[in-house]
Amino acid sequence: MAVYRPTHIPASEITPHSIYMSRRNFMGAAAASLALAGAGGSALAAPLQATPGAYKLDEKLTPKEAVTSYNNFYEFGTDKSDPSSNSGDFKPTPWSVKVDGLVGKPKEFGLEELMKMPLEDRTYRMRCVEGWSMVIPWIGFPLAALLDQVEPQGSAKYVSFETVVRPSEMPGQKGLFQPLPWPYVEGLRLDEARHPLTILAVGLYGETLPNQNGAPIRLVVPWKYGFKSIKSIVRILLTDKQPETTWKNSNAREYGFYSNVNPAVDHPRWSQATEQRIGEGGFFNTARRPTLPFNGYGDEVASLYAGMDLKANY
Amino acid sequence: MPLIPALPRRLHGPSIWAVYVIGLCPAVWSFYLGATGGLGINPVKEFEHLLGLWALRFIIFTLAITPLRDLFGINWIRYRRALGLLAFYYVLLHFSVWMLLDLRLDVHAVIGDILKRPYITIGMVCLAALVPLAVTSNNYSIRRLGKLWIDMHHLIYPIALGGALHYFLAVKSITAGPFLHIAAIALLLAYRPFRKPLLRWKRTRKAVDNAQPVHR
Repeated sequence: MAVYRPTHIPASEITPHSIYMSRRNFMGAAAASLALAGAGGSALAAPLQATPGAYKLDEKLTPKEAVTSYNNFYEFGTDKSDPSSNSGDFKPTPWSVKVDGLVGKPKEFGLEELMKMPLEDRTYRMRCVEGWSMVIPWIGFPLAALLDQVEPQGSAKYVSFETVVRPSEMPGQKGLFQPLPWPYVEGLRLDEARHPLTILAVGLYGETLPNQNGAPIRLVVPWKYGFKSIKSIVRILLTDKQPETTWKNSNAREYGFYSNVNPAVDHPRWSQATEQRIGEGGFFNTARRPTLPFNGYGDEVASLYAGMDLKANY
Repeated sequence: MPLIPALPRRLHGPSIWAVYVIGLCPAVWSFYLGATGGLGINPVKEFEHLLGLWALRFIIFTLAITPLRDLFGINWIRYRRALGLLAFYYVLLHFSVWMLLDLRLDVHAVIGDILKRPYITIGMVCLAALVPLAVTSNNYSIRRLGKLWIDMHHLIYPIALGGALHYFLAVKSITAGPFLHIAAIALLLAYRPFRKPLLRWKRTRKAVDNAQPVHR
C-alpha cells in the first residue's frame, strides 16, 4: 500500500473562503438559512474545525453551489435538484449510529461523540455511476477509527450500512412511485471499510453536512461509484456474509457489490470511459475527461483486489 | 353534439401555424435558459432530456388525435401533421444535442454508443424511421402514395413503442414522470386493436337509434 504524503494544506486553503463563498453562494446560503430558520428545529450549517488531512489532491474544487444542489439522494426525490429543495424538513439532530453485529463491544454512538472524533480535511474526487464527477472538500474521520472502538471479531468479513427511514421528513420515501425499497443499504468488505481512504464524513467546505449531502453523517469511499457512499447513516453492522446493497438488489446486472470506478467496465447501458466534471465547462463546451481506474486511487487501493477479475466482480 | 365548439373555418390555417409556434416554444425557451445558465448545474444533460421528453409528448399528442375523434367527437385531425412533425423536430434536436453538445462530436463515442447501448440503438432506429414519415408528410406525397401512405405512416406505432422503451431503458428507476409518459403511449397503442370493433358497434347502435322512431 502506498504511503500517504502529508501536505498540511487544508481544503479550506486550496480555494480561499473568500473566493468560493462568491456572491451567488452567499445569496444561496442566505436564502437557505432563511428557509431553515423558518422551518424551525432544523440544524443550520455550522462551521467545523478540522486538521489538515493526510491526502492531497491538486484539482480544482467543484463549486460549493454545485456540490450542494446537484445530488442523487432518492429519499428526497429523483431529480438532481430534489434533495436540495425537499430536504428542508429533515432533522439531522439529535442523531445516533448503532454499530453492532460481529463485534466485541457493540455501541450506539451519539452525534456529539462522533463529532469529537479526529476530524480531517479530505478532498476527494467523487465519480457518479451516471458519468459525472466532482471534487469535494469533505471533513470526516477514517471509518477504521470507529470500527476500532467496537472491536470487530475475527469472523467479521463485511460491513453493512443503513440509511434512516423517515417518510415524514423525506418526501421521496412516501407516495405512489417509490424509486427504491427503503431503507437504503450498502456494504463494504471489511478491508475496504478499514482502508485509510474510507471515511465517515460529517462536513464539507468547512461546515457541517447539508441535509442534501447526507447529514449528519455519511460514508465516503472515493474509489467506488458514488452510490456506494451511503448517506444519513443510522446503523453499521459487521457480518460474515456479503451484505445486501440497494442498487444491486434493484438491478444486479447493472450495479455490482464492488462498483469500483473502472473505465474498462462499461455500465450495460452507457460507457464509463469518460466523465463530465460538474461545474466546469459550459453549455457549449462540456468538461469531459477520461475516467481513471479506481477513480485515480489505484496506487492506494488496487492491492485490495489483487488477483480478482474486475470484469466479473464489477 | 361536439364537446367543444367548432373553430371557424377561416381560422383553421392560422391555428395550425399557431401549433407549430407554440410547439417550438419549449425548445427555444430551454435553449435560452441553457445558454444563459438557467438550466442548473448540468445544463446540457437537462436540455437533452427536456428535448427528449417533448419529443415523447408530441408523439403522445399525435397518437391521441384518433381516439379523441372516436371517443369524444373532437376532430383535431388538421393538427396531426404539425404534431407529428414537431415530434420529429424534437427527436432530431434531442439527437443533435447529444451528439454535438454532450459528446462534443466525438464520432468514435457516438458510433460506439449507437452500436453498443441498446437504448441508444433503439433511439437511433426510431429517428431513422421518422425521416421517411417527415419527408412524406406533404399533400403531394399523400395524394401520390395513396393507400401506401397510410400503411407507411402506421410506422408511428412501432416508433412510439421504441420511444417509450428508449425512455424506460435510459432512466435509473421508474418514477412518476417516466411512468406517466410510458403509460400514455401504452394506452394509446393498446386502443388501436379495439378501434374497429368499437366503431362498428357505434355505427350499429346509431342505426338502431335512428331506426327506432320509425317502428313507433
